[in-house]
Amino acid sequence: MRIGVVTFPGTLDDRDAKRAVRLAGAEPVSLWHADTSLQNVDAVVLPGGFSFGDYLRCGAIAAQAPIMKTIIDAANGGLPVLGICNGFQVLVEAHLLPGGLTRNEHQHFICRDQKLIVENVDTAWTNQFSIGQEITIPLKNGEGGYIADEETLKRLEGDGLIAFRYSDVNPNGSVNNIAGLRNERGNVVGLMPHPEHAVEPGFGPDTPLAMRSGVDGLQFFKSVINQVVNA
Amino acid sequence: MPKADLLDPAGKAVANALQRKGNKEIANVRIGKRIELHYETAPSEADLEAAKQIAADFLSNGIIEDVVSVTVEN
Repeated sequence: MRIGVVTFPGTLDDRDAKRAVRLAGAEPVSLWHADTSLQNVDAVVLPGGFSFGDYLRCGAIAAQAPIMKTIIDAANGGLPVLGICNGFQVLVEAHLLPGGLTRNEHQHFICRDQKLIVENVDTAWTNQFSIGQEITIPLKNGEGGYIADEETLKRLEGDGLIAFRYSDVNPNGSVNNIAGLRNERGNVVGLMPHPEHAVEPGFGPDTPLAMRSGVDGLQFFKSVINQVVNA
Repeated sequence: MPKADLLDPAGKAVANALQRKGNKEIANVRIGKRIELHYETAPSEADLEAAKQIAADFLSNGIIEDVVSVTVEN
């Protein structure tokens, strides 16, 4: 089981994403933005950061990178793709997920352990969760306010395409508390919070049991391993 | 420009600053972008049409922004 992690200029969390892949039990494969080969990986992670300095719009320039042409084709063919934070922004700019992400309503960059509600488990990246489960995943962004037009929102709600919602507080003004989305097929998932930062005891978010013991993020990567192994 | 019905946090911050400065007559501020495309030679009609396409497809995101105008300038 090989999971590719793409590095764009300005990507920050590629190493953490690769570490998460390894801890979940798969082999991480480095993918470079200027290449076009996916090196026969079974899934792809677009990690967080500030690709191309967030110039033009967050994720807009990365969405035009050579590797993205290959990833868009592969995703349309069913390859599991997870976009985290800036990676979510890239997925939206690449039209693999609908809507857009705007500057946080309160104008501040936020960094917090964020409670989420799992809304959909019929995806490559969420099948190890249960519906309605509350998980804690670190969130850190400046432009995480999700928006979409009325018609798109109706479709997202009606077709069960919302993968995660913010619980407790809405940290950035996202409409309908949307924290993450899935596509119709369920192979593409994008979310603002960072599952790769909640994969190892001692380094994750705080839980009622112990400080930094949260490992809810591991289930994203175990989900895709489960899906590929059982495919 | 950011779409009219969307919150523009940067514009709101500037509007608040103007209020504090005493420019009470200014009710709202919205902040957009100007992007210049420079050509080797004077752009043709076809270049202008192509630029409009680039503005719609890549330079702007129709979900959050509107392209206000694409014009040829010297």
